[in-house]
Amino acid sequence: MSGAARPAGHPPTGRRAQRSSGAQRSKDALYSRGALHAGAWWLWALGLATAASRTTNPLLLGLLVAVAGYVVAVRRTDAPWARSYGAFLKLGLVVLAIRLTFAVLLGSPIPGTRVLVTLPEVPLPDWARGVRIGGRVTAEGLVFALYDGLKLATLLVCVGAANALANPARLLKSLPGALYEAGVAVVVAMTFAPNLVADVQRLRAARRLRGRPDRGVRALLQVGLPVLEGALERSVALAAAMDARGYGRTAQVPPAVARATAALTLGGLLGVCAGTYGLLAARGAGFGLPVLLAGLAAALGGLWLGGRRSARSRYRPDRWDARAWLVSGSGVAVAGLMIWAASYAPQALDPPAVPLTAPVLPLWPAAGVLVGLLPAFVAPAPARAPHAKNPHSPQNPQSPQDPQTTSEDTGKEATR
Amino acid sequence: MIRFEQVSVTYDDAPRPALQGVDLTVPEGELCLLVGPSGVGKSTLLGAVPGLVPHFTGGTLRGRVTVAGRDTRTHKPRELADVVGWVGQDPLAHFVTDTVEDELAYGMESLGVPPDTMRRRVEETLDLLGLAPLRDRPIATLSGGQRQRVAIGSVLTTHPRVLVLDEPTSALDPAAAEEVLAVLQRLVHDLGTTVLMAEHRLERVVQYADQLILLPSPGAAPVIGDPAGVMAVSPVRPPVVDLGRLAGWSPLPLSIRDARRKAAPLRERLAPHTPDGAADLRAGEPVAEVARLAVRHGRVEALRGVDLVVRPGETVALMGRNGAGKSTLLSTLVGMHTPASGSVRLGAAGPGGGPGVVPHRTRPADLLRHVGLVPQEPRDLLYADTVAAECEAADRDAGAAPGSCRELVGRLLPGVADSAHPRDLSEGQRLALALAVVLTARPPLLLLDEPTRGLDYAAKARLVEILRGLAAEGHATVLATHDVELAAELAHRVVILADGEVVADGPTARVVVSSPAFAPQVSKVLAPQPWLTVRQVRRALGEAERAV
Repeated sequence: MSGAARPAGHPPTGRRAQRSSGAQRSKDALYSRGALHAGAWWLWALGLATAASRTTNPLLLGLLVAVAGYVVAVRRTDAPWARSYGAFLKLGLVVLAIRLTFAVLLGSPIPGTRVLVTLPEVPLPDWARGVRIGGRVTAEGLVFALYDGLKLATLLVCVGAANALANPARLLKSLPGALYEAGVAVVVAMTFAPNLVADVQRLRAARRLRGRPDRGVRALLQVGLPVLEGALERSVALAAAMDARGYGRTAQVPPAVARATAALTLGGLLGVCAGTYGLLAARGAGFGLPVLLAGLAAALGGLWLGGRRSARSRYRPDRWDARAWLVSGSGVAVAGLMIWAASYAPQALDPPAVPLTAPVLPLWPAAGVLVGLLPAFVAPAPARAPHAKNPHSPQNPQSPQDPQTTSEDTGKEATR
Repeated sequence: MIRFEQVSVTYDDAPRPALQGVDLTVPEGELCLLVGPSGVGKSTLLGAVPGLVPHFTGGTLRGRVTVAGRDTRTHKPRELADVVGWVGQDPLAHFVTDTVEDELAYGMESLGVPPDTMRRRVEETLDLLGLAPLRDRPIATLSGGQRQRVAIGSVLTTHPRVLVLDEPTSALDPAAAEEVLAVLQRLVHDLGTTVLMAEHRLERVVQYADQLILLPSPGAAPVIGDPAGVMAVSPVRPPVVDLGRLAGWSPLPLSIRDARRKAAPLRERLAPHTPDGAADLRAGEPVAEVARLAVRHGRVEALRGVDLVVRPGETVALMGRNGAGKSTLLSTLVGMHTPASGSVRLGAAGPGGGPGVVPHRTRPADLLRHVGLVPQEPRDLLYADTVAAECEAADRDAGAAPGSCRELVGRLLPGVADSAHPRDLSEGQRLALALAVVLTARPPLLLLDEPTRGLDYAAKARLVEILRGLAAEGHATVLATHDVELAAELAHRVVILADGEVVADGPTARVVVSSPAFAPQVSKVLAPQPWLTVRQVRRALGEAERAV
C-alpha cells in the first residue's frame, strides 16, 4: 500500500506525542495540504468589512467589493460552499433594493431640494404623525439611501467572500477542544440547510405528480410538514451514527482537575462580565481593564483544562504559516488604514448628500484598500484539475454539478 | 466475537417484542449474513451489536449482548466505537463532515488516535477502498456507490474488529455492489474482520457468506447454520437457490459456478422446450414517443440523443449505472425537465383521446391522465395521515369517481385498514399505496423509479403480479431499476443507458443475456439456453411432465 510508505511523522508537541514511536520526520504530512488557514481568510474578510463600515463613499465601497470579488475569483475552489458567493452578491443587491424602495415609499429624513417625483401621499391619522407614506422623493434622499444601502451590501459581500474562500467547517476545527462538541453541532446544522432545500425541491416535484400545482405559497406550506418530518428523522439517524462513531467519548480526569476547570471557567466569565461593566460604566474605569484581562485569562485557562476531558485528536489541522500572517495582516491593514483615514479625512470618506456633490476617490484611502489584494498573490492557488479528470466521476456524470444545477433549475422556474 | 444470549427486544408501546429468543454466536473473522422477510427485526438485531438498541432507540432489551467481551448493557455505543463499526441503511445520514478525507478521519478523531497514525490509516483506507481520487471531493457530489464506500471506509479507519452493515448494496447498481462486496471480502480475508450484515438482495451476497442467520418470521427464534442448509428452509431465497430447489439439487448451490456444475442434466431436460416468448407488441399506437431527446443540468448533458417508443401493454426496463440518466428520463416524461433539444410526446392512446401532449407544457392536473410516476421514495407522494384520507385526496386530484382509489387499494393491498397511517405501512405496502394513488387517474403510461429498493422477495413477487396485471389491462410501464431479476421477470424490453445515451434497446432475452452485468442468475446457469426466470423453467418442466 503506497499510503503506508509515505513519510508519516509525529508532532513534537502535544501530550500524545510521547506515545507514538518512530524518528522525527517531516511533520508537514500531518497538516492540511495547501489550503490556507480558514481563520486567516475570515480575518482578512472581517478587515475589509470593518473598512466598509467606516465609509459611505460609493467609490471606496465599490473598490472594496471589487477587491473582494477579484480575490474570490482567483482563489476559490470548486467546492459547494465556494458557490455561495453568488448568493451573497444577490443578497447584497436585494438589501440595496429594499433600502431604496423604503426611501422612495416612506420618504427620507434628509432635507432635499431637488424633487425628482412626487408620489400621492397616503393620509394617515393623527397618532401616526411623523410617519409618511408617499410624498416627495428627492435626489438627496435617494443618494443618501443608496450610500447607506451600498455600505450594508458591501459588508454582506465581504462575509460572502470569507464563506466562499474558507470552508466554515474548517474554521471550527481550530476551536479549542472544550468547545469541540458545540462546533460539531454548528457544522451539522450547516450541512442540514442544503439537505432541507433538496427535500423541498423533491417534495414539490412530487406534488406535480399528484396533479397539484407545485408553485405558490400553498404548495410550499403543504410541503413544509413532510420536510420537517424528514429533517427530524435524518437528525435522529445522524445522532445514532455519531454516537456509534464515538462522538462524546470522554477521558477520565482527576476530580481536582474537573473542579479547577469549573472554578476557572465560572470565575473567568464573572470576571469578564465585571470587567466589561467597569469599562463601560461611567465610573470605575480604573479596575475595569485589569479585571477584564484577568477574567479572560481565567476563562481561557478553564477552556484549556476542559479540553483535557475530551479524548479527541485532530486530523491535519490548518497551519498558521507565513502566508496566513500575510493574508490576515492585509485585512487588518485595510481596516486600520481606513479607520485612520476616517479621522484624517472624514469629508472624503463620507461625501455629504446635502448639498449633492459628486463623490471623489480619495487617493490614499483607495491605495489602502488595494492592500487587500495581497491574498490574490500570496494565497495558494486552488487545485481544480483533479475534479475534472478523475476516473470515478464518469460513474455519476451529473453529480459534481448537482448543487449548482438545482439552484439553476429553481432560478429557471422562478423566471418562467 | 459477537454473542447474543437469550436476547429479546421490546420497543415502547409495541404490542409484541421486535426480537425474541435470539441466541447466537458469530466467531471472529466470519462473514455472517442476516436474512429474512421485511419487518422481522433484522435492523433491530444489527442495532443491538453497537449498542444503539436500546441505548439510542429506547425500548427494553432482555438477555445479554456482548461484543469482544464488552457487555452492551454497561457500554454505551460511543464506548464500543473502537470495536464495532456500524453503517446504517442510508449512508447519507451517516456523514458528519463534508469532505471524504475529513469523514474518514472523523471516527479516529473521536477516539483520540495520534495524528501520525491517523494520517497513515487514512491513506491505507483510501487505497483499500479505491477512494484515493476522491479524497478532496465534497461528499454531496459523490454517487451512491462512492458514498457507500466512504461510509464503510469511515468506520474502517478506527480498525474495528466487527463491522455491522445494514443493506449495504440495496441502493447500488450491479457494478457498484460488486465493488462494495469485493471490499468486504478483502476485509474478511486479509484483515480478519468480522462482518455481520443484512441484505435483501441475496443473489448478490449469499455466496460470500460463511454463516447465515435466518429470522423466519417476527418473534420467531433464528435459524442459524451453513448457507446451503439454511437456504433450504428459508422463505427468502435468490433465484439460483430457487432453481436448485426446483431441480432438486443437493446440497443447494449458492453460486453460479456450483449451479452450473450441476445443471447439465437440467439443460438436457429443457433442451426440447423454449421459454414462453413475450408477445409481439410492435402493433398499437405508441403511448410515449421520445425522439433525439437531450436534457441538460447546467453544463452537464444528462441525456443525449435518446430515442424511445413505448406501446400499450408493454413493460420496458430502463437499466444502467447510478447516474446514467434513468431518473432524468423518467422525470422528463412527466414534464419536470425541459428538453434542451428533441421532443417528448405522450400519445393519444389515453381515455381522453385527442392529439398527444408535450409533458413540460401541460398542466400537472391534465398530465395526470396521461402519465403517472411513482418516485424512488414512494412516501413523497403521500401527504394524508390515513389511508382513507389519502384515497379521497387522490380521487379529488384525479377528478375520478369517489371511491375509485380505495377500490384500487383494496385490489393492490388487500387487508389494509382505512385508518392506518401511511408512515406505519411497510416499504412494500407503501409502494402499493402510492401505485394506487397514481393509478387513480388511469394513466395509460406508468413510470416506476427503483420500485424494488427495500422490498423482500415476497413483496417483490406481489409487485410483479400487480404490474403483470396492469400490463394485461393495457397499461404501458417503464421501470428504472438496478434489479436484473425484476427486469428479467417483468420486462418485454430492456433499454440500457450509459452516460445519458441509449446503448442497448431490444427484447429482454437478447439484451440481458448479452452482458454479464445485467444477466439474471437463471440465464447464467442455463446459458446458452435462453431461460431467464425460474418461472419459465418451472412452467416448461410442468409441461414436460404433463406430456409424459
